Amino acid sequence: MSGKEYRTITDVKGPLVFLNKTEPVSYNEIVQLRLSDGSIKNGQVLDTSDDQVIVQVFEGTASVDRQTGVKFLGDVFKLPVSKGLIGRILDGAGRPRDGGPEIVADDMADIIGAAINPYSRQSPESFIQTGISAIDACTSLVRGQKLPIFSASGLPHNDIALQIARQAKLVGSDDDFVVVFCAMGITAEEYNFFVHDLERTGALENAALFVNLADDPAVERLITPRLALTAAEYLAFEHDYHVLVIYTDMTNYCESLRQIGAAREEVPGRRGYPGYMYTDLAMLYERAGLVKGKKGSITQFPILTMPGDDITHPIPDLSGYITEGQIVISRELHQKGIYPPINVLPSLSRLMNAGIGPGKTREDHKSVSDQLYAAYAQGKELRGLVAIVGEDALNERDLQLLKFADIFEDKFLRQSRDEDRSIDEGTLDLAWNLLSNIDTKFLVRLDQKWIDKYHPGEKKGEEE
Amino acid sequence: MSTENGVIYRISGPVVTATGIAPRMYEVVRVGNEGLMGEVIELHGEQSVIQVYEETSGIEPGEPVIRTGQTLSVQLGPGLLTQIYDGIQRPLPKLEETMGVFITRGVDADGLDLTKEWEFVPTVKVGDELSAGHVIGTVQETETIEHRVMVPPGKEGVVKTIESGSFNITQTVCKLEDGSEIAMMQEWPVRHPRPFVQKYAPDVPLMTGQRILDFLFPLAKGGTAGIPGPFGSGKTVTQQQLAKWSDAQIVVYIGCGERGNEMTEVLDEFPHLIDPNTNKPLMNRTVMIANTSNMPVAAREASVYTGVTIAEYFRDMGYNVALMADSTSRWAEAMREISSRLEEMPGEEGYPAYLSSRLAEFYERAGRVETLSGEDGSVSVIGAVSPPGGDISEPVSQGTLRIVKVFWGLDAGLARQRHFPAINWLSSYSLYPQALDQWYRDNIATDFPEVRTEISTLLQIEAELQEIVQLVGSDALPIDQQLTLEVARMIREFFLQQNAFHDVDTYSDLKLQYDMAKAILNFQEEGKKAIAGGAQLEDVVNVPARTDLMRGRFEEGYDGRIEGLVAEMSKQIAASMEEN
Repeated sequence: MSGKEYRTITDVKGPLVFLNKTEPVSYNEIVQLRLSDGSIKNGQVLDTSDDQVIVQVFEGTASVDRQTGVKFLGDVFKLPVSKGLIGRILDGAGRPRDGGPEIVADDMADIIGAAINPYSRQSPESFIQTGISAIDACTSLVRGQKLPIFSASGLPHNDIALQIARQAKLVGSDDDFVVVFCAMGITAEEYNFFVHDLERTGALENAALFVNLADDPAVERLITPRLALTAAEYLAFEHDYHVLVIYTDMTNYCESLRQIGAAREEVPGRRGYPGYMYTDLAMLYERAGLVKGKKGSITQFPILTMPGDDITHPIPDLSGYITEGQIVISRELHQKGIYPPINVLPSLSRLMNAGIGPGKTREDHKSVSDQLYAAYAQGKELRGLVAIVGEDALNERDLQLLKFADIFEDKFLRQSRDEDRSIDEGTLDLAWNLLSNIDTKFLVRLDQKWIDKYHPGEKKGEEE
Repeated sequence: MSTENGVIYRISGPVVTATGIAPRMYEVVRVGNEGLMGEVIELHGEQSVIQVYEETSGIEPGEPVIRTGQTLSVQLGPGLLTQIYDGIQRPLPKLEETMGVFITRGVDADGLDLTKEWEFVPTVKVGDELSAGHVIGTVQETETIEHRVMVPPGKEGVVKTIESGSFNITQTVCKLEDGSEIAMMQEWPVRHPRPFVQKYAPDVPLMTGQRILDFLFPLAKGGTAGIPGPFGSGKTVTQQQLAKWSDAQIVVYIGCGERGNEMTEVLDEFPHLIDPNTNKPLMNRTVMIANTSNMPVAAREASVYTGVTIAEYFRDMGYNVALMADSTSRWAEAMREISSRLEEMPGEEGYPAYLSSRLAEFYERAGRVETLSGEDGSVSVIGAVSPPGGDISEPVSQGTLRIVKVFWGLDAGLARQRHFPAINWLSSYSLYPQALDQWYRDNIATDFPEVRTEISTLLQIEAELQEIVQLVGSDALPIDQQLTLEVARMIREFFLQQNAFHDVDTYSDLKLQYDMAKAILNFQEEGKKAIAGGAQLEDVVNVPARTDLMRGRFEEGYDGRIEGLVAEMSKQIAASMEEN
């Protein structure tokens, strides 16, 4: 493709530049804009026809004028990839941000990424122990899963994400995770928090960071996660790494998407977000998983803050329909001083059943988890009733369940930021201990054989 | 055939505009230097608007567009079963062979293996008069399914020659006097329903082994059902349970805009699961279509039609087919996305104004019919709906509920309590029981409808009592009402809850369902008697035999033992009265 520079800009609107052009330009092609002061901006073709081309400018259109030169580079956006990405900090457009040299590319990878053939996928079924009881017992994570953290402003989602990044391991395996961290529009303060923590624990050497901060161009956020995932795919499927991708904050990403949609005068869907947001998000989230014949894997932890704590807002809602479950952070628990404030009731891991049980975690895991849920859910519901009628009106079963809800929050959910509980003694045995506060006859979700084997008060065959 | 060449004028995502050709609506065209498959969806003066079934990055204005003269069609014949396709019937294993684990573009693949030979056994002889839909021979397609080769719609005449033996699906196996030839494969345009003689009223239940569905909210063979529910409420698990256990002979499962890992799970699991009706792997009767959320959106739009056309084809052979579409909301969103690229005037929430008519057309392709050959075949359609925020007042849910006869309403609250399947027994409904009751009386038990009514009445009463309990606590209720609450709890925990991941509990046949329901009513009756005789509620509820009865459902051979367990429970309850 020619290196011709066009000076045919007709309109500039928000992040978009419209120009008349003379030669065919391909869809999604990358574009370079040379401003009159000599500075360079980058963009991508969003719409192309014989008469007009629409370009989205990643760095924003400040200072663009009709004299600005536009050059079409004849290729779609690509990221230079190599193992050298590990240990590096890049900006939101993939340029070094750590003062280091340019990445020496082993390959150039298209950042849009192709869909994995569903037939070529391998079922995720290796349990990842995070050391956090609420997650390990109730929303167990498996390798290759995408499990977002649904949080809200002012809640400790970053601590939880970091604790997971630090502690995540496969039981009985030494394979470490490589962390790919992708920041979209977070504050410098949050960014520093992440970097310091990764530095403190030595994880930074095993991480690749793609960083777009709150004062970086908003439109750039649309490519930052794609860069991160492209790097993750390369490391996982070309170099057999197990990659843990943490990206934060998806809400900022969606805002940028809306901004582009509005500038193009598209028909908006719910709350002004574009109608194709589901597909767009899927193009990110679906880049998790395992494929046949490759050793590596991609596990995703997107973090999103729910506007107004509203789980039905389009961002968490559409995410929840794509991801394999969600971990919901609760303001109520946080205000009670419980860390991690994970509300297990709306939380869910869809791949849990594939990852737990005999040979993976423990034979009683599923039963215990169901029983914890059921007892806690009923106990919590009773709190509402007690507020109206008082504890006196409760029968024995209800009283026990009510008490259990408190114990569960205090003993099971609560743990310290560096407490790494093992799944069997740390988490499941603890669960049995707490469940023994309820009469066995009310524990209807537990198979008798597990009660005989694990219940501290009913254990058979192991008494002295 | 008209093969004109045009050029691309404009590209905007999956929508491409071409000039220089004058195609028909819904004609398939080849777009760009790579010959990507597309379908004409709008004609606009000189311009033809095309939805492209593959990724359009890197395509330029000026590249060629070529007409094919065909409309979007599927290949039908032996080889469909056990296959997994994308939305436009390209076999995914084939795509993996040619392009590796990532789906790139510009690769064509036939829906059926054109070279594989099948053993064709003729069922007609020279001189027979045939009309469209007439079965001319059979092929043992899988261990359990006999594929019936039919005269394609539009052909008829007298048999001149008929072959027997091994043939591939494009070879002629039958010649008619008028010179026309019939092979085992036929093609059919996906957007047109296949013909039949007439539709029957659905009066046979589709058995699913799921207690709440079969017993309280049954679906008839040839019926339609909608499953709306927020994320995490168990739509996909319910759909998969239906695909696994329903007593249809053929299952078509469309994963439309859903998760890749979920399709993988189905693919991994089905070959190992045994069909309780035939004792052979479930895969033998299954066709799968997987167009995951990140695969091209136009192919997602087409996937639903591809699936229903395949379902109709098996129906025409005289089979009962169950079609699952998970999720129709993603299909509707694909329509919305394309509609917005066309800059059409939007209807509600940005969906195109024709949304509800498209939904209706789709569900209308269900039904129990008299096929062209006089057989009885059916397509039952079960569509999952994913309403944003779980609020079913949105257009896709509402459009669906206006058409379907069965509503299985999933409930986030139940899901949070891990009550699965999380189908709300108060809001769900089925309009089929009246039509099916005679079947139940004849085949299961004469009092089946009455038992069902009693169970659902108890649940209704419980809901009313719960409102009082919320205010005053359960101890304030009279003892007989407290017993009713216990009975209702038993219905919920013992009967309605069913563990899809438990080897035994995952499937209950209708007879066992009936026995379990009777066991609950028996508990109620004995309980009432005992309490009237002075027993304490606590003692009645806590008899060990009741716990055994309830836990027993997780054990093999429960259907043989349930009678004994119920008798033991009655005895113990009666004894609790004597203690006092």
